[in-house]
Order: sequence, then structure tokens, then C-alpha cells
Amino acid sequence: MSKKMQITPEELEQAYQKLLQETETAGYHLNPDLEFTKDLIESLLINEARYGYQACPCRLASGNKEEDLDIICPCDYRDPDLTEHAACYCALYVSGKIHKGEAKAKPIPERRPGREERLKKMTANSNSGEINNLAYPVWRCKVCGYLSARNEPPEVCPICKAEKERFERFL
Amino acid sequence: MSDLKPETVGSKGKVLLYALSTCIWCRKTKNLLDELGVAYDFIDVDLLTGEDSQKIRREQELWNPSGSFPTLVINNAKCIIGFEEDQIRKEFGK
Repeated sequence: MSKKMQITPEELEQAYQKLLQETETAGYHLNPDLEFTKDLIESLLINEARYGYQACPCRLASGNKEEDLDIICPCDYRDPDLTEHAACYCALYVSGKIHKGEAKAKPIPERRPGREERLKKMTANSNSGEINNLAYPVWRCKVCGYLSARNEPPEVCPICKAEKERFERFL
Repeated sequence: MSDLKPETVGSKGKVLLYALSTCIWCRKTKNLLDELGVAYDFIDVDLLTGEDSQKIRREQELWNPSGSFPTLVINNAKCIIGFEEDQIRKEFGK
């Protein structure tokens, strides 16, 4: 995987504008440090070319999509990190306060569990609660918490744009 | 592969940075070490493959069991996890 990826300035600008719009529409904020944010987006594009999906630039992807689902950007840990630390692990996403320039993004501790613990959870694979007699199953987006009562999860989360495979059975 | 682990020795002994080529906090750490004039080696772990990658990861996990980046190992004695600017400046700084 040592081949160099070249992202053109146009590709980068386009990806930035698209992400910026999606992010603001969904009520999230990108880091206002433009150079920092564009460097991260460039890394996301490099990872997309390398792995086929936008794995987190600040974590080591395995290259196995199923194992990396939790770190496809936006990762499963973004929202709890925004709540606790005002930024995600990479500081691509930040709180409103940092967005407005009232505070600065700082590096934060890693929340993602170690590999062994993750694999255990993957095989257990059940976070669902127990209410019987529901007309529909309820699916939860692991990225943003959006709940959807229907036979199948949506193709794409209408809130955060995460793909169908990021949903888990909630009820 | 002999170029896997370069051995640069400066006044603080051997300084080795485990990094990712895509990680901006890792980049900041490299820039800070450059700014401080520290002689160091780095390994971009995401650019390694197969056995090389596993070997380096095991080595890194001895210092930082979570395997997160950046992991900075100073003279085989001390480890700084993350871009801890103040700590790094204190270690090498003026």
C-alpha cells in the first residue's frame, strides 16, 4: 500500500464544499482552521482510494471493511467525543464554540476500544432492547443515533449520510 | 528489511515516532520535532504491509497498548502518546 495518491486541488475543494454543506445542514460543524480541515479531507480521499472507503485518517485501518465500519468517517465515536471533548478524535468535527472561534481544538484521548474487545462485540452483535409487539423493528444509526421504524434501515442515514450497514437493530 | 527501523541517535538518544501518513496530529508532531531540532526517525505505519506492519504494530503496542498515533518513544525509556505539545516541548525544548 505504499503507492502515492495524488489528490488535485480541484478534487479537494469539491470534496470540502460538499462536506461543508452536508455538515452544516445536519447541524454539525467542521474545524474552522481551513488548512487543518483540508489536510484531513485530503487524507480521507487518500484513504478512499486506498481502502475503498473513507477510513479515519488518524487511526490505522485494517483494510477489512467490516472490521473498519466503526471508523468510517464520520466514525461511531464522533458524537460522544463532541459531547465530552468538543471535537472528534481528528478534530475534523468540532463543537459550536470552537466553530465560532471561542475555543481551540485540542488532541483528545482515543475512545475506540482495542481490537480484541471490538471483535468480541462484533460477534455478540446485539445492542437491541426488548419491547415486544412492535409493528416494525427499530433501527439505530450508530453514527448519529437516528432511529427509524421500518422493515429495513434506510440506504443512507437522512441525518448524517452514513450508509445502511452502519445501522444496528435497536428494538 | 533493513530500512524499516532507521537508527538516528541524537543528544536525547534514539527518538522514534510511530505515525500515520494521513494523520494531521502526527504531522504536527513531526513539524514540532523539526522545529525543536530533534534528531528522530519515524515510521508511517499505514504505508507498511503484511508482516512488516504486524511486527511494527506489536513493537509499538509494547509502549502504547491502544496502538494509537502518534506514539513517540524516547531513548527506549519514555513514551509520549498523542500530540502533547507542552510535554514534547518540555522534553526537548528550550
